[in-house]
Amino acid sequence: MKRKLIVFGLIFTFAIASLSACGDNSSGDTGKRSENTLTVLNYGKYMDENVIKQFEKETGIDIKYEEYESPEEMYTKYKAGAIDYDIICTSEYIIQKLISEGEVLEQDYSTLSNYSNLDTDILKLAQSYDPKNSYTVPYFYGTVGIVYDTTKVTEDEVSSWNCLWDKKHKNEIIMMNSVRDAFIPALKLSGYDINETSEKNLREALKLLDKQFPIVYAYFVDEIGDEMISGNAHMALIYSGEAAYAMDFNENLAYTIPEEGSNLWIDSWFIPKTCQNEEAAMLFLDYLCGHDVGMANFEYVYYASPLTSVVEALDEEVRNNEAVIPSKESLAECEVFTSIDDEKTALLNHLWQELKSRTVQ
Amino acid sequence: MVKKTLSNVYMTLIFLFLYLPILVLIILSFNDSKTRVEWGGFTLKWYIECFQSETIMTAFATTLQITVISAVVSTIIGTLAAIGISAMKAKSRAFYLGSTNIPLLNADIVTGISMMLLFVKFVDLGFVTVLVAHITFSIPYVILNVLPKLKQANRSTYEAALDLGASPLYAFYKVTWPEIRSGVFSGFLMAVTMSLDDFSITYFTKGAGVNTLSTMLYTELRKGIKPELYALSTILFFTVLLLLLLVNYLPNRKKSTTVERV
Amino acid sequence: MNKLKRQLLAGPYLVWIIGFIILPLLMILYYAFFDENGSFTLEYLSHIASPINVHAMVLSLELGVAATVICLLLAYPLAMILNNLKIKNQSLIVFIFMLPMWMNFLLRILAWKLLLNKNGVLNTVLMSIGLEPVMILNTPAAVVFGMVYEYLPFMILPIYNSMARIKKDYIEAAHDLGANEITIFFKIIIPLTLSGIISGVVMVFVPALTSFAVSELLGGGKVLLIGNVIEESFMQGMQWNAGSSLSLVLMIFVMVSMTIMNIFDKDGEGTAVW
Repeated sequence: MKRKLIVFGLIFTFAIASLSACGDNSSGDTGKRSENTLTVLNYGKYMDENVIKQFEKETGIDIKYEEYESPEEMYTKYKAGAIDYDIICTSEYIIQKLISEGEVLEQDYSTLSNYSNLDTDILKLAQSYDPKNSYTVPYFYGTVGIVYDTTKVTEDEVSSWNCLWDKKHKNEIIMMNSVRDAFIPALKLSGYDINETSEKNLREALKLLDKQFPIVYAYFVDEIGDEMISGNAHMALIYSGEAAYAMDFNENLAYTIPEEGSNLWIDSWFIPKTCQNEEAAMLFLDYLCGHDVGMANFEYVYYASPLTSVVEALDEEVRNNEAVIPSKESLAECEVFTSIDDEKTALLNHLWQELKSRTVQ
Repeated sequence: MVKKTLSNVYMTLIFLFLYLPILVLIILSFNDSKTRVEWGGFTLKWYIECFQSETIMTAFATTLQITVISAVVSTIIGTLAAIGISAMKAKSRAFYLGSTNIPLLNADIVTGISMMLLFVKFVDLGFVTVLVAHITFSIPYVILNVLPKLKQANRSTYEAALDLGASPLYAFYKVTWPEIRSGVFSGFLMAVTMSLDDFSITYFTKGAGVNTLSTMLYTELRKGIKPELYALSTILFFTVLLLLLLVNYLPNRKKSTTVERV
Repeated sequence: MNKLKRQLLAGPYLVWIIGFIILPLLMILYYAFFDENGSFTLEYLSHIASPINVHAMVLSLELGVAATVICLLLAYPLAMILNNLKIKNQSLIVFIFMLPMWMNFLLRILAWKLLLNKNGVLNTVLMSIGLEPVMILNTPAAVVFGMVYEYLPFMILPIYNSMARIKKDYIEAAHDLGANEITIFFKIIIPLTLSGIISGVVMVFVPALTSFAVSELLGGGKVLLIGNVIEESFMQGMQWNAGSSLSLVLMIFVMVSMTIMNIFDKDGEGTAVW
């Protein structure tokens, strides 16, 4: 009995100590929100912690920072009306969906003092989903391509998406475990647009993916960089920024965009209808577009920044690394995803499950 | 003799199977390398950084609060419920036990989403909703640990105590409590363990800015887990180990209590 | 009177059941049977028999059964060995098997990946002693491996508990009457530990059947279990209705297997899951 009491006692002291240690900042309680709070929702590991602290210190605004893993999860949580977010960063095709559903507030972003720091080329590309640049502010962007081990695969091989179907590399190919990204090579090889939605053409691409399935080592999302660093595969479909991270740790790795073309993705900020503090949200956006903050975030995230001052300040070597900053030529070869309606999303998911359950007809 | 060696080898293999990943994590917590895949020399810096990281410490504190509060509350509600259920007739007992099985049998994700669907209708998601969810899935573990003890307990001694003039509370404390104590304790422990290990349910019921270690870890997966988390897990693991040794090797324990039915 | 008072102690729990178990369940039912416009439909339920779901269900069953059988085969001898050790403090055993769970599940699975990788620790060791490397990751076998790892304690503990309760006298009596070890094992030990076996089987089979995290982490995205289908319909496709109807079917499925096990577990000792 005594011993059990000791255990209970210890656990309690533990808990009480932790309660008192952070009673004020942790519990993020429901209900009341103080006047000056900003609830931010962002991808995981997509902002330097110090940037947030600095903002809180400069403005006295309290930031409630929340992270998520995949845009679909974010969408689920947002649509459930679970939390009133003030400002959200996510992928362009989800934003487009939210815009069409009337969930995004329109703003005159050109009033931001740092707005001129944004690369006009990127803003132009963003117009494919935000025609007047009035709903979003780009945060980071990049391409989808192939990261490959130069000791196992030649540069020539990876010039076409066909390399991902080469039986020579059986069990040495990693694909992305997200529907739209995984369809890119198959759609491009079948001669279609990455935004193809007709069931017949999608099924044609699916046949290709089905043929590829037996030689694929795995379908991953987040681990691709690490897997390539440790040499577990010869090549992988990957986001450019992720490739840049992997290349930093393994000098045998290289990144390329096959000649058939690929996808350009832009992660952007938007202010949702649920926003309770527009003024603070705008202030935060302006702050993010500044040079020093942009630089800190770039160094932390290591994806292509749409801020001209940041890119200009980079070393020649980094700036010319295709995996970090896509060249203007590759930008021209790439398309941006457009949002697809619920029915087509369901179709894509269905096809994806057919592939995974090996029931493709 | 051969049999003895064989059993020892077998036992060692099973323990290796269960504890090998933990050993790996402990080693990684001392690894001076940014990626998790290669050994870069011994270091203690992750332990220092782990205590300096506000995010990790906050998530750790939230985890502790939720775990301890939910385990205590569910132990109280669950023990009371078990006593109540044991006095019930077959029909209502079946209702209670059936409901108790639901959170155990449902896929975590279903439990999580169904609660989220309910919560968002009435309140904002936050610390409290996670707590309520954890209490909900912990209570069944307590009940199912206490109930068998109550079954084994001798009802007539409790009633005899009442007949002899003891107040119900006193009779409970003197007669019933010693019999169910070990069940309550293992129920509490199960509740703590389950709460610590849960990810899915927490993920759906938490609000902005509320993170437990599990949910933080999940977002960390995106770009490789910070080695600080290995350090924290190692500390947590040894703390529990220490508690365990304390419980089992402190002097004074007359006769080992009855078998814990876990 | 007294009994009634005791029953009242379950009051708080009743409130809890209604508020946080039954109500959320009704939400799932609602989504399974009503579309966005709130009208009744059986459409979602009719999708259940699609080839994808059937395939995923069959695969889940196969892997779940495999994991359960392996757990049983590993746990039973271990329980006997532990029982023969005659450890006085049996809660120590409980602690030893629960202790690994205090390290986060995601982290532990991650560690296994490091060990089992193509160029991982295990293969380095195997190759250095001249053996063929093992390529288990990203296959159904790896998923079974992960399930066995995660749920083995749930098989060991109930079997060990029921074994510890066997009275020594029975075995001695059987010996005196001339029974050999094999007869004793099949005629005494197995029947007397049956309730423990059943508890263990339920506790391993049910979570293995519904799990989605293990297959996601160790299956390399190539193993689609019914849990993954449910997870994806909630998380990726926003198809809450389809997800709800599937979870409903899964629940019924689990309850049916529980009932079958209860029939075999005549004395009802194993019904309490633990």
